[in-house]
Amino acid sequence: MSILSVPRKSVSKLNVDRRYLPVLGTVVVFGLMLVIGGVRYENFLSPAVLSNLFINNAHLIVLAAGMTFVILTGGIDLSVGAVLALSSVITATMLNAGIPLSLVLPIAILSGSIIGLGMGVMIQYFEVQPFVATLAGMFLARGLCFIFAPESVPIRDEGFVALSSWGVSAGRWRLTAAVVIAVLVIAGSWWVLHRTRFGRTVYAVGGGEQSATLMGLRVARTKVVVYVISGTCAALGGILFAMFSRSGYALTGVGMELDAIAAVVIGGTLLVGGMGFILGSVVGVMVLGLIQTIITFEGTLSSWWTKIVIGGLLLIFVVLQRILTLRRN
Amino acid sequence: MTRIYKHRLFWPAIALLALLLACTIKRPDILGISVLDGHLFGAPIDILRNSSPLLLVAVGMTLVIATRGIDLSVGATVAISGAVALTFIASSANPGSAGTAVGAVIVALGLCLILGAFNGVLVANFGIQPIVATLILMTAGRGVAMLITNGQITTVNSAPFSKLASGYVLGLPVAAIIAYGVFAVVALVVRRTALGMLLEAVGINPEASRLSGVKSRTLVFTVYVLCGLLSGLAGLIFAGNTMAADANNAGLFIELDAILAVVIGGTSLAGGKFNLAGTMIGVLIITTLSLAVTVLGVSPLVTSLFKAIVVIAVTLMMSTRLRAMLGSLRERRRYQEVGA
Repeated sequence: MSILSVPRKSVSKLNVDRRYLPVLGTVVVFGLMLVIGGVRYENFLSPAVLSNLFINNAHLIVLAAGMTFVILTGGIDLSVGAVLALSSVITATMLNAGIPLSLVLPIAILSGSIIGLGMGVMIQYFEVQPFVATLAGMFLARGLCFIFAPESVPIRDEGFVALSSWGVSAGRWRLTAAVVIAVLVIAGSWWVLHRTRFGRTVYAVGGGEQSATLMGLRVARTKVVVYVISGTCAALGGILFAMFSRSGYALTGVGMELDAIAAVVIGGTLLVGGMGFILGSVVGVMVLGLIQTIITFEGTLSSWWTKIVIGGLLLIFVVLQRILTLRRN
Repeated sequence: MTRIYKHRLFWPAIALLALLLACTIKRPDILGISVLDGHLFGAPIDILRNSSPLLLVAVGMTLVIATRGIDLSVGATVAISGAVALTFIASSANPGSAGTAVGAVIVALGLCLILGAFNGVLVANFGIQPIVATLILMTAGRGVAMLITNGQITTVNSAPFSKLASGYVLGLPVAAIIAYGVFAVVALVVRRTALGMLLEAVGINPEASRLSGVKSRTLVFTVYVLCGLLSGLAGLIFAGNTMAADANNAGLFIELDAILAVVIGGTSLAGGKFNLAGTMIGVLIITTLSLAVTVLGVSPLVTSLFKAIVVIAVTLMMSTRLRAMLGSLRERRRYQEVGA
């Protein structure tokens, strides 16, 4: 007994909990990028640029929040980009048909929840692998988009335009409705993951499904609900994207699921599940956004460098995470 | 009869036949093959030719999935392969010569071999989860392809190179001969030697197979290299078809189609037992689906909806749970009949 109770040595001398190391790594990279950008370019660290970082990526933050739930249980959701498009198209077509805003927004969000529920049921009760089930969800949502509107639909509804142009400015800092919603989603997700029984079950399922079942946790329900959450977040992201672009288009968000997954991975969440933090995913999105910003500022670099840099960062993070988990064992 | 019903390929085969039947009802002459200029023509030949790149990728994917892996980077590899080959031809002194075409093929395939080895090292040597390891190349790959073509759509004229996709030998399309030939060779090697069994052993239990002397690391590394190589070949056929290297759109979503084909064919993403014949049926279903969409007059925009329905139907029919539910339903009905 005495041997067991000897406190284990911490990996780092700073006495940081090992669980935080990947997230800390992300924060360090984010800080470094800010410093490098600030040194290299004038006006890089200006309020306008930093505000835009949030404004341009509000929808991606919401997507990444939902994706974090799914990945924490050890699953994956490929449908989020298509669901985002579907919700933006539904919003645009229904508003143009004269349906009131108070009815349109709930319907659009519900569309995502329903698709999420369907995928969750396929995965949990019919034992279809998450990859395949959410792939089917992706095709389904994309196909439905084209049924609603094959072409881009501009939004002219006054209420919606007012909502999307609402903002608070303090000096050159700016906050839009979309950013406020994204922050609320993050706060809500944090609360659910760390302060509720459901949140603990999410971590438990990702840590070991069998042990979670044996502990009497509601594994089946949790595994379905995370996909509902992800679908709902994706649909909400669609509304934010519609606010950003003032239109709904069936081809928006192609490949956006990859951005969301990359943000979550860069944010330090392990894809095997059970380990990661919602705030890490937010920093992950910020890192992706900052890469884009730096490449814009550089001016001479072509847009494809974004992809290469993101790939390179992913490589570094993934290898580092691997080394960390190796040390743990 | 029940044995046929329970065979793993029963539902996929039914799905394929149903698609073909739907096409024949709409256009009765669709399955006819005619001979023109010594070449075979007709919808079945088109299906064979159009399915070749997907089949190549899906064969590699099947072996990767058998080892419990997945390769998301195949689409990016397709793009890189086409970009390299056409850029090589465009920058050579004599674009039209056969030597240049052969050189382009060798350079492109060599690079794809390295890309596959990159994935293989990450998965087999670093022990990184396959889905993350290949996500890296999937993200960066298209950027690399753009870098090679300098963001332009490189178009070239090289008769020998375009033969790869649109040529005919013995009346059959060259692309189909390559793809189905590769399929046959891989199927033979895997099933006539112990290789297939070893791959399945690695997929079912990597640790146990390593302890029993299977060189699982080498095997896993090799399947990723092979998958990269086959994707490169698929990329060459794509490039030969259009003679334009489009880094953004070449092989877009082919990874999803390939994984779908493998799953429809009855190979589980959880690894282990794999079924190459099933993969071929899966590939044919997906290719026939696009033909069916045009024949049936469905708007091509809703192809993905159509695809979703087929995927959901096939995966649900293969799910043991649903089968058990249907089985108990039938049982109950029989009792009721006996009781009445």
